[in-house]
Amino acid sequence: MEGLKVSDANLVVYVHPSMSNKISQAILRELSSLLFKFSETFEGVVLAYDVNILDKIAKILSGIHPYFGVSLKANLLLFSPKPNMLLEGKVVKLTQESIHVIVLGFSSAIIIDEDIREEFKYKAKHGDELYASRSNRRHKIKVGTMIRFLVKSFDEEILHISGSLIPAHTGSIRCLDKNSEDVSLTNRSTRKRREGEGETEMQENETFGGGECSLSIGHQTKKLKKHRSAKDH
Amino acid sequence: MGMELPIENAESHEMEDVNISDTELVYHVREALTASLTGDYDNYNQLVAVMHLNGRLGPDERALLETSLKALSGAVSYLDSVHHDSLLTSIFGMNMWNYEPDVMDALKGLIISLAASNGKYIDSCLSMLVSNFTPPYFILDKLTLPYGLERKHQVLSRVHAALKNIADLVPLSPLRLLPIVVQSMPNAKHKPERLKMIVIYVENMLTLESGAMGELVGSTVLMAVVDRLIDLDVEIEWEEILYDDSSKGIFEMELEDVEDDGELSRGSLSRKSLTGNVIAELLDSLLVQTFEHLESCERAGRLIEVFETLLQSFQITVLNAYKSKFAQFVMFYACALDPENCGLKFATVLADIFVSGVYPPLTRMSTVSYLASFLSRGKFLSISFIVSLLKRLVDWCSEYCKTQGGDINPKAHRVFYSGCQAIMYVLCFRMRSIMDIPRLKSQLLLMPLDTILKHELNPLKVCLPSVVSEFLRQSKAARLFTLSKTFIFNDLLESELSRGFGGIERLDMFFPFDPCLLKKCDSFIRPNFVYWSMVRATYDYEEENSSDEDAAEDFVDGNGDEVMDDGMGRSFDEHDLDEFDYSTLNKMSITPKNAFVCRFEGKLGQPTRMPSKIRPSTSPESL
Repeated sequence: MEGLKVSDANLVVYVHPSMSNKISQAILRELSSLLFKFSETFEGVVLAYDVNILDKIAKILSGIHPYFGVSLKANLLLFSPKPNMLLEGKVVKLTQESIHVIVLGFSSAIIIDEDIREEFKYKAKHGDELYASRSNRRHKIKVGTMIRFLVKSFDEEILHISGSLIPAHTGSIRCLDKNSEDVSLTNRSTRKRREGEGETEMQENETFGGGECSLSIGHQTKKLKKHRSAKDH
Repeated sequence: MGMELPIENAESHEMEDVNISDTELVYHVREALTASLTGDYDNYNQLVAVMHLNGRLGPDERALLETSLKALSGAVSYLDSVHHDSLLTSIFGMNMWNYEPDVMDALKGLIISLAASNGKYIDSCLSMLVSNFTPPYFILDKLTLPYGLERKHQVLSRVHAALKNIADLVPLSPLRLLPIVVQSMPNAKHKPERLKMIVIYVENMLTLESGAMGELVGSTVLMAVVDRLIDLDVEIEWEEILYDDSSKGIFEMELEDVEDDGELSRGSLSRKSLTGNVIAELLDSLLVQTFEHLESCERAGRLIEVFETLLQSFQITVLNAYKSKFAQFVMFYACALDPENCGLKFATVLADIFVSGVYPPLTRMSTVSYLASFLSRGKFLSISFIVSLLKRLVDWCSEYCKTQGGDINPKAHRVFYSGCQAIMYVLCFRMRSIMDIPRLKSQLLLMPLDTILKHELNPLKVCLPSVVSEFLRQSKAARLFTLSKTFIFNDLLESELSRGFGGIERLDMFFPFDPCLLKKCDSFIRPNFVYWSMVRATYDYEEENSSDEDAAEDFVDGNGDEVMDDGMGRSFDEHDLDEFDYSTLNKMSITPKNAFVCRFEGKLGQPTRMPSKIRPSTSPESL
């Protein structure tokens, strides 16, 4: 997934004199105030930080409140989605008009029906709402599915993303990845499926005659021996 | 075909005949919205008009409104925040209380869709939901009727479900919800009509606190509730509490006192006490609500977490509020619900603040008043725990005596004096119970009370004479502490010196957990409360031996010896249980004036009884 970056920042935190006996607490509090907010300076949302105090000597500001500036070197994990980046998230709500996704557990995204490509058709069966692909009947998107989508725009204030499922390389991650692996690994006759923590679920799916989107080419038993990278989970 | 839909006078049969699917409706609304961008406002305006349908709606209108709302939720992505401002404004202006459940549901759905569709709408959506916390004025009076209750349940369950739904779709929405909830809260500055809404508003806040979002918003919401309690609390002035219609004599006396001070003119009095009563009633309801919430927290096993928040807000606001009268009972009740954890924690934190040097003197004095009052009044506290805290106070005071010297100086050593007064006050209430347990008795005897009280700073002369003389009387009987020279106070309630250390704040006379005079609230506090009339003093050991057994039966507490055994030294008749109604609000225990007792004695000749009712615990002696 794109949109995540680590950046090294040199910061100066001005600490109120009343906090002079608990500097590190004051610094952590100050840095924590950055969390989950878009910062113009870093051009992104700070998700995590790791901080090193560079110098034991701090500069004292003259004034009524003699704040003192502590120099820091901070390692920041930033989330800065830009248009046309690919993001991944979990579907939390699905209607005929829109798909609601949550990215990284905090940022909300919406994909409206106009931004869902023709390939996907809305179906409501037995109260379950889902989008199913017309070309690949295993390719389905429903509540709980992890999908990959394209960023259209990003509202920095509320961290709201508007996304799109128009490009062909967007959709259910499990299915997309499997298809690409499929191409590269077609010469192998047997494969072992291993899905990390998703393994049990996949085996269950096999028993029921196919997963959400199993391999589309070939009908022989395939075993895929591949460790997924952590980001897929 | 769907085109006819938004037209208000569309006939019902038309709609039934033409079976329009939801999807078609959605497309129709989308067209209307898109058309308005190009200047074709016909359908758009009809849509706006539908949103303004109000009052008693016929079945057709209701159906029209419901379908329009549903169709709009499918078309939210076509809304333009600038261009469709009129439509959005009318949607956000809608009030669920005005509609039937089917329309409420449609509106709820629309608001959720709007909030999740675009970051721009989220604040407005949350504000709209929060404004639905309180009913329109015309329903407010009907809330106690079955119809009103049903409507309230219908609306509020939907409002909270919607808030939760939005939080599921927009995980950061609780962060934005918080300031909205806190700012929209009715405050004491509002007109009485608006202020009345506060009870139902707080009910909603507490629902939020205990709901799915509680983890995120709980502590802030709870603090806001406590802040509002304090706000209302300070609206009720001490002076107002003292005026009593039922006993003319006292009223006149107190009025004189006030006039002496020149604080209030006669004219302003009646009006003030009236608003005081409205606010007191509100405060009473709010406190009861908070108590009930604490009970539910206790049942859910999360009282300790909630208590942490309360303790924090207590330190920030209540502790520093000038002589808070009622809000502190939230702490008292929480401690009563879980004395093992909350009670110990509360007392320990108070003692920590008092003995640590980093807090300003006024905070420390007020803290030790809270501590003394809490230790004396909390029926649920174990005697051994009280002794351990007394020991901390005594240790601090004796440490202080070692480093300080010189003459009596009420102002410079005010923290010390307040500490001494606290020790004596607690002992007035608890000495007998401590003496009854040999292990604790020996602990108490080992405390260096002698050195402190006979120190050259002479706390006995400075502390409230009423507390001192009661203490001396009891300690003499218990052979705890004796003085060579006798103090004669002439039944003074306070001395010049005690006034000196109390300062204009009169912290020397501040006993925060004196009997709660709010009627409903008192019924919660009463079972956990030690009244002065229940205290057995050391000196009436012999007198009461006969009645002791009966009394013990009345006040058996499950926890056995360790808990204060609340035998009555005096009969309960003196302390009329039913007296505690609103009129007793005017008999708050602590008064800023002292002249009272002396005059009272003169007039009625019953010095041992009456003052206890009027101000039960200005001092133990007043009984």
